Amino acid sequence: MSRSPGRKQENHKISRELFVLTYGALVAQLCKDYEKDEDVNACLDRMGYSIGIRLIDDFLARSAVKKCRSYSETADMIAQVAFKMYLGVTPSVSCSNATGNEFSLILDKNPLVDFVEELPAERASLCYCNLLCGVIRGALEMVHLAAEVSFLQDRLKGDAVTEIGITFLRKPEDRRHRRN
Amino acid sequence: ENGRCTTKLESMGFRVGQGLIERFTKDTARFKDELDIMKFICKDFWTTVFKKQIDNLRTNHQGIYVLQDNKFRLLTQMSSGKQYLEHAPKYLAFTCGLIRGGLSNLGIKSIVTAEVSSMPACK
Repeated sequence: MSRSPGRKQENHKISRELFVLTYGALVAQLCKDYEKDEDVNACLDRMGYSIGIRLIDDFLARSAVKKCRSYSETADMIAQVAFKMYLGVTPSVSCSNATGNEFSLILDKNPLVDFVEELPAERASLCYCNLLCGVIRGALEMVHLAAEVSFLQDRLKGDAVTEIGITFLRKPEDRRHRRN
Repeated sequence: ENGRCTTKLESMGFRVGQGLIERFTKDTARFKDELDIMKFICKDFWTTVFKKQIDNLRTNHQGIYVLQDNKFRLLTQMSSGKQYLEHAPKYLAFTCGLIRGGLSNLGIKSIVTAEVSSMPACK
């Protein structure tokens, strides 16, 4: 994960291991603080949200992308540009419904779980990477796109892949209005 | 409340420091002595984590070391006035834990404290 540069355009990539280990320590600490998995998940989501509402500025400043004209362009942008920029992986995008406002990002490699083998038995419903959902949700909200983001499948829980579902909450026709 | 959050941050840093030092020193030779370990922390470890070396290492040769970083990465984005000085320790707590965890896995028990007198330098 990179930090936003000061005056110089330095390569501010943080050590990947530091990042992954720190995330793990964060989740472990939350597990110690909260008994219930739902509380930990909610907390991770809140933290992700706070990060997302600020990360979007960094993303827009660094990627200089043009405005997205449709939900599917937005989903592609998240998967191909944002994920690549911050996590170094590119999930594949698929649209899961006819009205075009539900998308799935399929991650076959999730760097955050590099050092995690499996969830402990008593934490079976923990969404380890729930922070990511909060980040996406917060970032989208700052560009005036309300969305619900959640994990549909999780490799840590035994599914074949890790899948993040993004559901945009407004009908696609609304996007025809000029929005900043 | 403030104290508790700093303690938690420090213990998180400790865990991360332990893991990190294991991965960094997998292939390096055994350290000759304590000073060697401290130099490793100042040069290689700090560079991997913060992309720069410690600016100044002082010791009294009796087990006390002072590492000075004049442009601590986590503090550079904060204003250099006195306003936020009291909040600086929170940002340093994680790093103190990082050092303590690293040293602990290298076989050294230690107490790590941090002091900020003028941002973004810290000891």
